[in-house]
Amino acid sequence: MNKKQIMSPLPGTFYRKPSPDSENFKNDGESVEIDDVVGLAEVMKSFHEIKSTVTGRELKFLVEDGDAIMPGQVIAEVE
Amino acid sequence: MGVKVLNSGLSTTIQDLGRPGYFHLGIPMSGAMDQKAMRIANLLVGNPENAAGLEIVFTGPTLRFDEACLIAITGAEMPFKLDGVSQSSWQSIQVEKGQTLEFDYLRAGARCYLSISGGINVPLVLGSRSTYLVGSFGGMHGRPIAAGDILPLGRCDFMASQVGKNLPTKMLPNIGVREIRVLLGLYSYRLTEGSISKFFSEKWVVASEADRMGYRFKGGQALEFVERKAPFGAGSDPSNIVDSSYAYGSIQVPSGTEPIILHRDAVSAGGYFTLGAVISADMDLIAQLQPNTSIQFVSIDMHQALLARAERVAEMKEIRGYISNS
Repeated sequence: MNKKQIMSPLPGTFYRKPSPDSENFKNDGESVEIDDVVGLAEVMKSFHEIKSTVTGRELKFLVEDGDAIMPGQVIAEVE
Repeated sequence: MGVKVLNSGLSTTIQDLGRPGYFHLGIPMSGAMDQKAMRIANLLVGNPENAAGLEIVFTGPTLRFDEACLIAITGAEMPFKLDGVSQSSWQSIQVEKGQTLEFDYLRAGARCYLSISGGINVPLVLGSRSTYLVGSFGGMHGRPIAAGDILPLGRCDFMASQVGKNLPTKMLPNIGVREIRVLLGLYSYRLTEGSISKFFSEKWVVASEADRMGYRFKGGQALEFVERKAPFGAGSDPSNIVDSSYAYGSIQVPSGTEPIILHRDAVSAGGYFTLGAVISADMDLIAQLQPNTSIQFVSIDMHQALLARAERVAEMKEIRGYISNS
């Protein structure tokens, strides 16, 4: 199977859930569709949703909650 | 006519070189954070250096040009295409009526500047077209541009000789500099000597709280203050002072933990001590720092700061000469 990539358009800090007490937006192994929110990027004192640009299954995150991210960095892969 | 905004990007604002002269009333200078990139973009399309263009941060807008014009994009490295065809930054590009400009991911730096021949012709507010977001005035109704906006252009008859103007690589600003020069003062006496030297020896990392008002840094150790009895009018925290004014580039360190460099939209006064100020020649570099970039502060004296300023003025003069003669 070909892997498809979900990239962050923004630099900043990556979060996998909407607030510290919430569930993750998505977990490894799940399916995603285009425009599903997969995480947040915190930059310039605000939070921005990172949406999937691909449809696929067997999601696998490549960055952890709280990691620094760069624009164009691959956040997750799907099959 | 004008330029139709199809997609705004993260926070794209109309900026010129700013509105100095009102800081004593609490109104900051605003204007392009990377002044040199804005000036060069304007020169490349034949505009006055102070014409209004777009400041694009982290993600680019998608724009449709509803009249023919010249554009130039400078500053950060963010590849872009006109009707699907890749174009180069730091040069003037002819745009036909109806063409669409879109950007790819940011590769290096943080802010791009887009100049359009004729300039963006929004009304002047206190002598400038710059957007001051916190004050909600200037630019496009005091806010970032939004999908559906039409950016009005000034008179747009450019000469064919202006097309393709560019700069040799050696004249382009190096946005990869990671040493930021600082002049100590006005309140550095509040710190122990050991703490000051430690501040200049450590790596500081750009925090996510970095915008047009200020750039916050983290990663270094907390500063150590000289013991004192707080003077009348100052708060009880050792980083408090009796309220005073802040210069552009001032470094305040609330509670002595995370330094904040005050930039174009910063407050004009407050009650935190400032340990120094980033020299004016290096403020453009701050504009190009992405979050999580690590830098080092370097202490220099007034003589060196003035030399750096003179060098910067000379570089800009050379660029002007090159573009007008090419």
